[in-house]
Amino acid sequence: MDSQLTAWALAAAQALLFIAAAPLLAGWLQRVKCHMQNRAAPTVWQPYRNLSKLLRKRMLLAQNASWLFRAVPYIVFGAMLLAAAVVPLIAVRLPSAAIADMIVLVGFFALARFFTALAGLDIGTAFGGMGASREMMVSALAEPAMLMAVFTLSMTASTTNLSVATGYILEAGLVLRPSFLFALLALAMVAVAESSRVPVDNPATHLELTMLHEAMILEYGGRHLALIEWASQIKLMIYAVLIVDFFFPWGIATGFGAKALAVGVMAVAAKLMLLAVLLVVWETVLAKMRLFRVPQFLGFSFMLSLLAMLTHVVLETGG
Amino acid sequence: MGIASLDLYSQAIVLFAALALFTSFIMLAQARMMPLIFTFAWQGLLLAVVTVLVALVSNHPHLYISAALTFALKVVVIPWLLYRLSVRLGMQYDAEAIAHPTLLLLGGVALVIFSYHVAQSIVHLSGLATRNTIAVSIAIELLGMLLMCARKSAVAQVIGFMSMESGIFFAAVVSTYGMPLIVELGVAFDILVASILFGVFFFHLRDSFGSLDVGQFNRLSEANQSMPLREAAGEPSAGDPA
Repeated sequence: MDSQLTAWALAAAQALLFIAAAPLLAGWLQRVKCHMQNRAAPTVWQPYRNLSKLLRKRMLLAQNASWLFRAVPYIVFGAMLLAAAVVPLIAVRLPSAAIADMIVLVGFFALARFFTALAGLDIGTAFGGMGASREMMVSALAEPAMLMAVFTLSMTASTTNLSVATGYILEAGLVLRPSFLFALLALAMVAVAESSRVPVDNPATHLELTMLHEAMILEYGGRHLALIEWASQIKLMIYAVLIVDFFFPWGIATGFGAKALAVGVMAVAAKLMLLAVLLVVWETVLAKMRLFRVPQFLGFSFMLSLLAMLTHVVLETGG
Repeated sequence: MGIASLDLYSQAIVLFAALALFTSFIMLAQARMMPLIFTFAWQGLLLAVVTVLVALVSNHPHLYISAALTFALKVVVIPWLLYRLSVRLGMQYDAEAIAHPTLLLLGGVALVIFSYHVAQSIVHLSGLATRNTIAVSIAIELLGMLLMCARKSAVAQVIGFMSMESGIFFAAVVSTYGMPLIVELGVAFDILVASILFGVFFFHLRDSFGSLDVGQFNRLSEANQSMPLREAAGEPSAGDPA
């Protein structure tokens, strides 16, 4: 009973740590990117400052905004919070992993995206509708690729539970699985598209015509905008942690001892920092592609995840 | 059962085989000429590495010679010949328009499934550690054929042809630990001669048609007439391959 209580407390602490650390990851990303591009870099705490500034600001709502427009930031943030509670950050075998499996996780993302698109349409401005339609196009192509990559992993681990799958990969040790390599590439491409990073979307753009994700939330301000931005930072972090968990799980805590947890925190922090550096290099060497090239990009990612599934069936099973 | 029970060398064979399959897909998707040639060289390198690993695992020293042959021909000589040809033809920066890129890739995936289905019966008979990669070798062969079918540029078709040959060689390595050395030497020599002949053909094609686009080749009857250029300019829609 007591150990169960500790486990739940740990799970709650992990989820809180997850959402608290998400702006830090965004800040680190921003800082490395500035260094990479020879610009003066803000501190890593800058996203926290932005969020607290936005939270303190007065709310301004459009006159024809319905209840949906006001509810969407909370729905989006809630979905991301639930998703963050499921992903093992510093320890596996936490009880919160039983809330949802990988497929429901994809469902959480879809829920958040659906409501963001509705909010974009709600006000009736041209940019909102344009952004909604673009976001839906990208996500309709990205989702099958993501699901297929996730299926590959769950076929290997014979489970769709994230925590159990991570534990399985951890126990198997170093196995050179081609399917994991392809799934990693596919998942990375989907992550880039879904968290609106450079080749698909530019998160720092101020040009409305080229916006995908930003165009939908143009009408938001104050704490609504803070929640939405925080949610998108959490989303980026979820993708990063998913990649780390599936492909480089070494170091994550399997027990609930203080030492194991400390090692888990250090390991995941180091891995996320490294992954962010890779993402920055990728964003720096690539230019944003035209919107109509995006289906090809995501089609390639779907092909990769399909290939991952095939190599799993052809090469990795069987006598 | 499964890949986890194999030793690290066999796992590496499987991994590099999968990467070679992946390079076939990249070749399908790659529209530009230079990266296409380089991807072909990468595929050759991966196959040479697989051959060396198979030689290590199975104690077949003659496979080292095949690996060296593969490396020399498919990583150095043929890519270099193709590179020099495309520079001399002034087409190294050309990109051809692929008609339906995503459909083509999905067709490639269907071919992989088909070759898995075909290879099932062979896999049951074979007792080698590399038997799972037989399906991959058949797939590389079929993908080379798909590349030849789908592309209009003659250089891309040559690369598809060479890639088919790579697939056959790979199938021999993983299903029977290589062909007899005399056969391999003969095939390698054939490939070398073929690549030189293709080079000669490229120049003839360019002289006759002014392009390496095989879609233009249905103008053959017009090309034999005295003034093909004036006719083509007079009725531009007549030679439209679409």
